[in-house]
Amino acid sequence: MAAIEARGLRKAFGPTLALDGIDLDVPEGRVVGLIGPNGAGKTTALNAILGLIPYQGELRVFGRDPWTSRDELVRDVAFISDVAVLPRWIKVSQLLDFAGGVHPRFDRARAEEFLRKTDIRTTSKVRELSKGMVTQLHLAVIMAIDARLLILDEPTLGLDILVRKQFYDTLLNDYFDKTRTILVTTHQVEEIQDVLTDVLFINRGRIVFKSRMEDFESRYTEVMVNPDRAAAARAFQPIHERQVFGRSILLFDRVDRAQLAALGDVRTPSIADLFVAVMGNSARGVAS
Amino acid sequence: MTRPGPHYPMETQHATHETHPMRWCIRRELWENRSIYLAPLIVAAMVIFGSMIGILGATKKFRNPLPDPAKQHSAIVKPFSMAPAPIMLTTFIVGMFFAIDALYGERRDRSILFWKSMPVSDTTTVLSKMSIPFLVLPTIGFALSIVAFFFLLFATTGWIMVNGINPARLWGEVQFIEEPMVMIYGLIVHSLWFAPIYALLLLISAWAKRLPLLWVVLPPMAIAMFERMIFNTTYFSQFIKYRIVGAMGLAFRNSKQNGVIEYFTQLDPIRFLTSPGLWLGLFFAAAFLAAAIRLRHNREPI
Repeated sequence: MAAIEARGLRKAFGPTLALDGIDLDVPEGRVVGLIGPNGAGKTTALNAILGLIPYQGELRVFGRDPWTSRDELVRDVAFISDVAVLPRWIKVSQLLDFAGGVHPRFDRARAEEFLRKTDIRTTSKVRELSKGMVTQLHLAVIMAIDARLLILDEPTLGLDILVRKQFYDTLLNDYFDKTRTILVTTHQVEEIQDVLTDVLFINRGRIVFKSRMEDFESRYTEVMVNPDRAAAARAFQPIHERQVFGRSILLFDRVDRAQLAALGDVRTPSIADLFVAVMGNSARGVAS
Repeated sequence: MTRPGPHYPMETQHATHETHPMRWCIRRELWENRSIYLAPLIVAAMVIFGSMIGILGATKKFRNPLPDPAKQHSAIVKPFSMAPAPIMLTTFIVGMFFAIDALYGERRDRSILFWKSMPVSDTTTVLSKMSIPFLVLPTIGFALSIVAFFFLLFATTGWIMVNGINPARLWGEVQFIEEPMVMIYGLIVHSLWFAPIYALLLLISAWAKRLPLLWVVLPPMAIAMFERMIFNTTYFSQFIKYRIVGAMGLAFRNSKQNGVIEYFTQLDPIRFLTSPGLWLGLFFAAAFLAAAIRLRHNREPI
């Protein structure tokens, strides 16, 4: 069964179209990155999937309509919808008590195990913790839930690089077990490249690019050429071109790597490189 | 929005444990709002402390009894009967302030996004918040009133015995079994009578985008003022007054007890239970709660 299926998903806030007909298929057992600039519709899409907002179009999470079946779905779907939403007055121990008291799949021992790796004490109140610690605490609670779908909206915002790295390592090694599905949005594209199985780019309420990571690596090639070779490289119709230190870096889709190697230094682009290319094109109205 | 198709059953291979959402939601309210028990506790302590001073003068009432036995009785029992009043009044006030903030505060600090990530339905959440003024606060108020009542009774007993007065003269007057029952009756009456007020405050709390307290206070004041200015009548303010103090007149018999209510004969449950004011109030309370539950579900995060 698909974890998430959307057909023509739309959501308007007054005259603003936040989601403009999104089609989405997320099978179970995938780690999907939803990447887009601010205001692209990432959070709106996640809120619709979580049943927090009504929408037009068709949307199914584990075969159910999240808006009308939120109470049933919430047992299977864990989420961090925004940073810093833990109530500030609550004590860490109370938070664990509450989660254990209301969530049938919350494993308190697991949450405590996560917390032992941090400086968070169970006697502290949330308001006494630093921003990074609050996020770590929230992650510890959410990751102790044995959910089928985990949705993370900018989970590492405001964390330093060591904690971010540790978070994604934990997510992959301790949490992800190939039956669970993870949907994550982030600005820090390069950090999650190795974590993802699928990548989606969203812009102005539309999915402008989607790829499996294994296809991504075989499909896209970047070549850096000297000015005298630029025209020859352009003949292969790059999807994007930028200048660095007087040389051109051209990004190609489905072009033979050997041919490009003759023109300059070839490498596999990062998601961030492709993101810039696709977003630049979609801003100019070029179909990707 | 809906599509015909197979209805997939949820898989059940995951380890689960028993949960008690309602119990934990109420506990969570007590964690966040410690005034629910601290405010009545402080008032109860003040009542006890204040009455202790009065106890010192109690010996006079026995040494120089009033000629009228009814007046003598009321002079003896009044300190005990009056002790619960400030405690219960505090629980009503705390309940109202609680309800005004209950569904607004979680939206203001965005913690609603966390609460909604837990498998607790909007119905459970709203009903757990309603139960604080409707059940929890009256229970706390009753418990503290009983403590204050008997503390004063025993303290007075000790003091008059020290002064050589037979305590039977005190225990013969104070209705130490009947009066706690009357207190329970009074609390149930007022919980039911105030239910629409609490529910309306919860609804305003779920609806207001900002300053719910002003939405509670200003519109009724404006309506009452306009009514007075335009029609020169006071029906609206009388209605408000009826909803706040009306239960006293309906549930209790007028009596010449100098304001002291201590006997079963002073209660009128039949008139209270057959009053349209009670049932209309409960009908509106249910409607307000249903609307608050719907609002909490439908409101997009602010």
